[in-house]
Amino acid sequence: MVSNNIEALLKRYENGETSLKEEQQLKKYFSQETVAPHLEMYKPMFAYFLANQQEHFTKQLPIKTKTAFNYKWLAVAAVVVLTLGYYMKTPVVASYNEYAYGTYDNPEDALNEVTKSLNMISNHFNKGVSTVGYLNEVNKGTATLGYLNEIENTTGIIFKNHQ
Amino acid sequence: MTQTEFLNIVMPFKDKVFRLAKRLLVSTEEAEDATQEVLMKLWSNQAKIEEYKNVEAFSMTMTKNYCFDKLKSKQAQNLKIVHTNYEDASTSLQKQVEAHDSLQWVAKIIESLPEQQKMVVQLRDIEEYDLDEIANMLEMNNTAVRVALSRARKTIREKLTITNNYGIK
Repeated sequence: MVSNNIEALLKRYENGETSLKEEQQLKKYFSQETVAPHLEMYKPMFAYFLANQQEHFTKQLPIKTKTAFNYKWLAVAAVVVLTLGYYMKTPVVASYNEYAYGTYDNPEDALNEVTKSLNMISNHFNKGVSTVGYLNEVNKGTATLGYLNEIENTTGIIFKNHQ
Repeated sequence: MTQTEFLNIVMPFKDKVFRLAKRLLVSTEEAEDATQEVLMKLWSNQAKIEEYKNVEAFSMTMTKNYCFDKLKSKQAQNLKIVHTNYEDASTSLQKQVEAHDSLQWVAKIIESLPEQQKMVVQLRDIEEYDLDEIANMLEMNNTAVRVALSRARKTIREKLTITNNYGIK
């Protein structure tokens, strides 16, 4: 009785005419322990279909949430840069004043001051040069060393004789 | 769209994508890569997801196309290493074990089917989609799907009958 019905279903199944519901019926029938002996060969097929539904994709997806570029932060950054810039401006001026310490705005004053300091430098320089005069003594010393040449001449003659 | 929203959309059918990919590419690793690729493509096109009428069907079509590309590029290679290449002529122990494992036989039979029939069987008998849905996914018409399905089922039955009767008749 049941097997007759199943046979009819199988025929339509092979022609691709069964509905999903009827196919469920077939799967259910063939998942039983015992089926009609002449239909035995269908068993692994339906068992395979059912077993295959259990296979799962287990790999982890490397999904990263892309955060869209937020222009608000650009504004915040701009404000920070501007305030920092303003804040830094004052110390820069102060350091320039320090650097410009001792300069003159009037060229005449500047000239006087420069000649004064140059005079002072040349005074000290001359003093230094006069002490270097002692170096002449050294030159004298080297001149007397010239006598050593005479010794060399004589030794040269001696060596010649030996040869 | 947040990550969780996306995963909620994708979760119900990611296994189906994986199984279809595996049906076509055979190797589990390759199928995993294919699934990941397809889902990542969806993710990067998330803005368009709302436009698609049926994300699931669209993903299945994408999977099919992706796997076909993979298969094509594989065939283009000169050296072909398919698992059938290193088959042992003598009946190995593994083969004997496999012979007992009738499910393995079904898998082998389905594997020997043409690609289109493989996909139709996968989508209909395993994933249990409507014929119209399958036609939509595979970009075929309804009748062609039915014909492919019928041919595949007949082939499976014939081959199973042969193996079942082997040694008996």
